[in-house]
Amino acid sequence: MSRIEVRFAGFGGQGIGLMGRLVGEAVALHEKNKNSVMTQSYGPESRGGASSSDVVISEGEIDYPKATELDYFVVLSEEAYQKYIPKLKKGGILFVEEDLVRLDDQSKKAKEIYKIPATKIAESLGSKIFSNIAMLGFVCANSKDIVSEEALVKVMKKKIKARYVEKNLIAFQMGKEYKHEG
Amino acid sequence: MNKDETELIEAHEHPLDVYLRDGRIPHIFCPGCSLGSIATIIVDAILEANLDPKNVSVVSGIGCTGRIAGYLNFDSFHTTHGRAIPFAIGLSVTDPERKVIVVSGDGDLFAIGGNHFIHAARRNADITVICVNNFNYGMTGGQVGPTSYIGQFQSTAPYGSLEEPFSLPYLAASCGAVYVARWTALDVRRTKESLVEALQKKGFSFVEILGSCPTTFGRRNQLAEGKKILEYFKEKAILKHGADTREVDISKDSEFAVGKFVDIEDKDTLTDHLLQLQKIAKASARKGGKI
Amino acid sequence: MNEKTEIPNVRTGMHYTTGNHAAAEGALAAGCIFFGGYPITPSSEIAEHMSIRLPQIDGHFVQFEDEIASIAGLLGASWGGSKSMTATSGPGYSLMVENIGLGMMTETPCVIVNVQRGGPSTGLPTLVGQQDIMQTKWGSHGDYEPIALCPSSVQECFDLIITAFNFSEQYRLPVTFLMDETLGHMSERLIIPAKEKIKIVNRKKPTVPPEEYLPYKPDKDLVPPMATAGEGYNVMMTGLTHDERGYPVITAEAQELNVKRINDKIRLNKNKIIKLEEYMLEDAEIALISFGSTARATKGAVSRAREKGIKAGLLRLITIWPFPDERIETLADQVKVIMVPEINYGQITREVDRAVHGKTEVKGIFKLGGALHTPEEILNEIERRVK
Repeated sequence: MSRIEVRFAGFGGQGIGLMGRLVGEAVALHEKNKNSVMTQSYGPESRGGASSSDVVISEGEIDYPKATELDYFVVLSEEAYQKYIPKLKKGGILFVEEDLVRLDDQSKKAKEIYKIPATKIAESLGSKIFSNIAMLGFVCANSKDIVSEEALVKVMKKKIKARYVEKNLIAFQMGKEYKHEG
Repeated sequence: MNKDETELIEAHEHPLDVYLRDGRIPHIFCPGCSLGSIATIIVDAILEANLDPKNVSVVSGIGCTGRIAGYLNFDSFHTTHGRAIPFAIGLSVTDPERKVIVVSGDGDLFAIGGNHFIHAARRNADITVICVNNFNYGMTGGQVGPTSYIGQFQSTAPYGSLEEPFSLPYLAASCGAVYVARWTALDVRRTKESLVEALQKKGFSFVEILGSCPTTFGRRNQLAEGKKILEYFKEKAILKHGADTREVDISKDSEFAVGKFVDIEDKDTLTDHLLQLQKIAKASARKGGKI
Repeated sequence: MNEKTEIPNVRTGMHYTTGNHAAAEGALAAGCIFFGGYPITPSSEIAEHMSIRLPQIDGHFVQFEDEIASIAGLLGASWGGSKSMTATSGPGYSLMVENIGLGMMTETPCVIVNVQRGGPSTGLPTLVGQQDIMQTKWGSHGDYEPIALCPSSVQECFDLIITAFNFSEQYRLPVTFLMDETLGHMSERLIIPAKEKIKIVNRKKPTVPPEEYLPYKPDKDLVPPMATAGEGYNVMMTGLTHDERGYPVITAEAQELNVKRINDKIRLNKNKIIKLEEYMLEDAEIALISFGSTARATKGAVSRAREKGIKAGLLRLITIWPFPDERIETLADQVKVIMVPEINYGQITREVDRAVHGKTEVKGIFKLGGALHTPEEILNEIERRVK
């Protein structure tokens, strides 16, 4: 397997960094013979504004640690979409939070587009804070070479605060089972 | 040293000789300077405070007073200008049994090192700071300093200083020092007794000793001999234990207060806090907190 | 865990973490029990992690009033017998250089992590730089030979900081650990070995009684055994030029002996200190010299060049100081050009140019901070040179 680049992006507070950390760790610690590097956007603003986290996945050594041409772009806000869509590779795959992102012509270069109302799904569980994990379930179900469900669930159980684990696992399942109109 | 001098010293061996480093005497201090006598007072106080000499560390910065550490036969550390206090904190917290004494001058501790002094007092670092205040930068040739009084002449205050000086006891007290005293080098007995108290005190203790600097302070301010400066101290110093530190400032030709101004019991020190943190952190980790 | 369970300083196992956390855990594994520091981007996570971990293992974390105090505190703690460390970035390192000089002169072991960002001045607090190479070499006044190590991966942040502590203890000096923002903040797999598998070096202690002890009398390796406070040796330490007794001696002769030795102890042991990684250099005609995060992209560029039939190779500097002059000179005999990608305006390039003695062409590939080189950018430079 060659190098795969995934970017998660949205606004501060959506748990974008956690998405990258969970996927990065699941790949590097629980998938066989795979390496990953996770980097996050890093600036003086802690809240609001566009936030992103990148995971580079490879069976070989990862030389350059940052994403350059995205194979996957998982986006949960309009601002992040506008900011980063130029980085999506022609023929790449796009995942969007359909209520928060308005797709335009720039999305046409994507080979496949997957849309999910992740926030609404999360709210049905009591809080929009689960939207990132719902999205992860959706990504996991509709991609082959990012990360396995098994690995991801292991990491979620370890990394997510105990009192939130159960609801996050439900959000994950709901995202996984969501049938998009594609 | 010629042969005769050696014999002279051997013939009058002093009981404190063992606390001076072999081969380091004669010291570099000028005739009439009080630092030699202050070094003696400090050693006397260390002994009288019943401290185990093995657990005593003396730390100094740069300047005439800063040289005292190097003459004393304890663990002694002659650091950089202004940095004696943070160095002393590193020494102090790594062994709660260790008594760490900072001996340095007014310029070192309150100009370049002023920030470290106020924070060490705020944290209640478990150290004793002894400042020999000679009102100027002696070693570099007599420049004006943070304790120079208004109207004092120095090499960089050729028209007389116009700046307000620090009142050291006031500064120390307002930053949280648990023991604050001021003495003059003339008052050997009280200075020593006060140092014993300061050394036995848990937490940040501060003693200011007004010292004589005939060469670079006195000459420019009509006090050209050490004796004259001490006489000036004798005339102007008024014993006022417990004085309000807001009222102990020193100004030209005026009386000033000496005495013990602050003595607070049982205030937790930086070391206490660090040891408490160890307990809290371990308990938290055992409960499944972050590690 | 019950009340008696000791919380380990070595967290053996597999982790997924950042370079900053890996460096902190590496320091703990090396035996660091004192951290003094001041918050600064992009290094603060090291301090934060140490503030959690040190009290758990009977260590101390002190957040000082500034970087000047932090490094002074480190030196004090080291003379108190504790392995000590701080972490900072360029502006903080600038404030520390005064007492790094004291550490060099008084031969005080400690480790300073510099997570580099773009400079000068406040520069790019949140973005990568490699501009403190020369500050590490020449930052403090006077002549001294520093040791600086430079990791390229999260795993190496852990492994190599242990080496940094070991060197600081073995050769008695402050050692600089040169990271950068990218490395500090990126996450990768980290494998922490069992405690007994980690090699730890501690400072040599005196073998003679106090009355015979001369604190600055060196052994054959030019390093004096170190007594610390409270051991009954009446330690004497000064930043002034001193003799073997540690007494200040303000003469040209004493200076010659003292300063020569603190330099020569590193020069003499240089071959034990210099660590290099060589990649595809055997038959290389174009050599790339790189370090830190940049070395990763450089390695990628070398691999891609090879795929295109270009005989490129990489020399990665793991030890930055002392500089590997000899290896670079032999490389100069072999290759047509040496290219140096670095995130500064030619600090290592200049050293390489000095070391090759005109035997080959040296070409820097510079970025001035804020972004890493991509492998493509480096490859383009290689291809341009081939044409």
